[in-house]
Amino acid sequence: MSVLVKEPAIIWTDVGAVTDIPRRGARRVPSPLGDIAVFRTGDGEVFALMDVCPHKGGPLSQGIVHGRSVTCPLHGRVIELATGEATGADRGSGCAPVVPLEVREGRLLLGLASR
Amino acid sequence: MMTEKLVVIGNGMAGCRAVEEILARDPGRYEITIFGAEPRVNYNRIMLSPVLAGEKTFDDIVINDAAWYADNGIVLHAGRAVLAIDRARKVVEAEGGLSVPYDKLILACGSDPIRLPLPGADLKGVVTFRDLDDVGEMVRAADVGGEAVVIGGGLLGLEAAYGLARRGMKATVVHLMDVLMERQLDSAAGFLLTQALTERGVETVLSAQSEAILGQDGVVSGLKLKDGRVLPCSILVMAVGIRPNTALATAAGLATGRGVIVDDQMRTDDPAIYAVGECAEHRGIAYGLVAPIWDMCRTLAGALTGDAGAAYAGSHLSTRLKVSGVDVFSAGNFAGGEGCEDIVFRDAGRGVYKRVVLAGGKVTGAVLFGDAADGGWYFDLMRQAADVTAIRETLIFGQAITEGLSGLDPSSAVAAMADDQEICGCNGVCKGQITSAIASQGLTTLDAVRGVTKASASCGSCTPLVEKLLKLTLGDGFQAQTGPAAVCKCTHHGHDPVRRAIVAQELKSMPAVMQALEWTTPDGCASCRPALNYYLLCAWPGDYRDDKQSRFINERAHANIQKDGTYSVVPRMWGGMTTPAELRAIADVADKFAIPAVKVTGGQRIDLLGVKKDDLPAVWADLNAAGMVSGHAYAKGLRTVKTCVGSEWCRFGTQDSTGLGIRLEKFMWGSWTPAKVKLGVSGCPRNCAEATCKDVGVVCVDSGYEIHVGGAAGLHIRGTEVLTKVATEDEAVWTICALVQLYREQGWYLERIYKWMDRVGLAAIQDALADDADRRALYDRFAYSQRFSRIDPWAERVAGRHAEEFNPLSRRLEFAPA
Repeated sequence: MSVLVKEPAIIWTDVGAVTDIPRRGARRVPSPLGDIAVFRTGDGEVFALMDVCPHKGGPLSQGIVHGRSVTCPLHGRVIELATGEATGADRGSGCAPVVPLEVREGRLLLGLASR
Repeated sequence: MMTEKLVVIGNGMAGCRAVEEILARDPGRYEITIFGAEPRVNYNRIMLSPVLAGEKTFDDIVINDAAWYADNGIVLHAGRAVLAIDRARKVVEAEGGLSVPYDKLILACGSDPIRLPLPGADLKGVVTFRDLDDVGEMVRAADVGGEAVVIGGGLLGLEAAYGLARRGMKATVVHLMDVLMERQLDSAAGFLLTQALTERGVETVLSAQSEAILGQDGVVSGLKLKDGRVLPCSILVMAVGIRPNTALATAAGLATGRGVIVDDQMRTDDPAIYAVGECAEHRGIAYGLVAPIWDMCRTLAGALTGDAGAAYAGSHLSTRLKVSGVDVFSAGNFAGGEGCEDIVFRDAGRGVYKRVVLAGGKVTGAVLFGDAADGGWYFDLMRQAADVTAIRETLIFGQAITEGLSGLDPSSAVAAMADDQEICGCNGVCKGQITSAIASQGLTTLDAVRGVTKASASCGSCTPLVEKLLKLTLGDGFQAQTGPAAVCKCTHHGHDPVRRAIVAQELKSMPAVMQALEWTTPDGCASCRPALNYYLLCAWPGDYRDDKQSRFINERAHANIQKDGTYSVVPRMWGGMTTPAELRAIADVADKFAIPAVKVTGGQRIDLLGVKKDDLPAVWADLNAAGMVSGHAYAKGLRTVKTCVGSEWCRFGTQDSTGLGIRLEKFMWGSWTPAKVKLGVSGCPRNCAEATCKDVGVVCVDSGYEIHVGGAAGLHIRGTEVLTKVATEDEAVWTICALVQLYREQGWYLERIYKWMDRVGLAAIQDALADDADRRALYDRFAYSQRFSRIDPWAERVAGRHAEEFNPLSRRLEFAPA
């Protein structure tokens, strides 16, 4: 017998304008699962990750953003913004979960689960 | 076969190119009528910029003159507007009661420039930049002279501003974003463009919002910005984008979105009506550049001449800026996301910046500044989705070098070159000359080769080849020749050359340093950016604007981050002295914000631990109210001045060590240094302030003040060395400030004083401070810098500065991330 599993619908939630985040910077968005870090690179690209370094839980939103990476403020792990993965020698040592993010007409929309 | 009637609405680039393409395929097939809104023959609209700049005349940019229309039997109604399309009767109705029947109709109505609905937008002298009439109005304004303002820092806006500047006006571009041409350029290229335009008399105002256009007697007189600034002008150009012209199509009931919607054959939802160019919308995209228009016209002509296979699949886009002497090219996407890789090449001598973005072995984007000759080549590689893995090493040097070496790995390619093959085109130096110079004169560095042979000494584009020759000729000996460690992976320069260049070349911003020193990344990394930020701040006090995004979090947040993401707050206690009122205020703050831990530090202060980031400004506000300022316990800068109670209280005290400590701290606080600086002042050789393990220490004696330097009590334990002894308190202050300034100017970022001293030697430091005039000059530079540094960063943030650093982006979300 097959069971129909209903996928939770994604709710796209406006959390601000792209330009609210400084270039090479990040802002925090509090959520029931902890802070979400929303990053903006020097090229103006944006990414969202859970604000937790895979190493010791450091708040990635507080790190220095360079290229398409952020350096964790606690111990200097370099995390790739697109995947949340540690880079270089630390590759494969864990991952900050990626949060769905879309940009529509300059606004930042985070993808949230309805349940 | 009977001739069909073809009517084209639009005598611009799209309309006429479509006709040309049709004539080329099947000259006799149609009897052609063209309507044009402008009262003139077809001209090359994208060349209006050179006409404005006075570099071309209208005649130069005419594509099809009157004879072309006559020779091809085309009826041109120029300057006669089309009023309606009667689809039922298949007739176009125009001004003056003219009705022209069609079998096939092409809409090539182009687009209208967007006019911002600002107050004063209808004043005389407010123009757009679209057609020859606009150019005429700008030229007339320029003939009178004065100031011009252009709103919009995109391609067209910059070309307009450049043209007006060329005609002698003082032109200013006002741009909403923080980077010029931000859709096409990255910030490194945008910076170079801003600089190049300034050199050509075009000022730029970035991140600027326009509020109102000001006028006098119905004529424009200036632009008012949201921040209150007013830019005076006698002509104002709006170049903020275009909107496809769909009015006729909509009135005729054709399907429209942003533009007139067409299928892959450029057909609208009426099979007799087609649309091309800027008025058309294909697969959701309305194009505003010329290359896609040519593609569309080819397809359309095929479709109208019986080619069943003609289909348009959309276009890749590339952009070139038409400003004389400023070579700018951009194509594709440089913000590529996952798995992207940047290759960056800079040549400071020629002002070149090139960035090619690869993803999965293919070129996905390119930004070229200063030398855009290879733009077309990168664009072709991109369109063909060619695998460039094999040519990755040389890709950034362009087509000529890459194809010259094709099939060979770069080193063996160089090895395989004949001795008489030219390496340096600028100076005519062949491979053999270089290799024999290396061998016969024992050259081991690039600079030495440049000095002897001149190879790569001019434009520098053959530098990688010369380096490969060095490597080939010397083998491992070349590697051994590298100097002090590079600042980081973004550059091969060490700290000293970077610091020297900043001063000597008067580099005053981070992009300027990265270009002048040929950084190999677009915008640096977490290692070099904080270092450069410090070096610039030290070299140009009061001039350089601190880049907070290049600061480690502690210096950005002005508090120390803890393992759980909370912060610690340490107010300054001058010389370790405090008062009951300060202690009460600290206790009140700890209670009010439920601060979990309060600790006495080793530097004679009090640390409040576990403060939430959002609370920092409020905590500081209360501490400020009690007269306390930041203790900079987080800074690569002056931290504490530890003192003993000295002659004021102590029965052994020889001098007022507390007073001297407070005086030093009040003068030196807020200064940024390569690494943290801690001071200690002891009132007698019993040394209760532990001055002999501080970065700088003072040990008071009966006859004066011993000044110590280079102690450490952290990772390494080091006793200080005695720098000198002075007789008066004033001399002690001058000497210490001069010493710290010397360290500020010479130290490498993150290098503590004791390491700096190990590197340069105590004797060299003593020498530098020995001469009164030298010492005085160092002291004066420190004092000047302090005029901009003794500002409490907490008070600034309490007043609202950088609020975005402390506030969350949005309120708390109700749902968890998907």
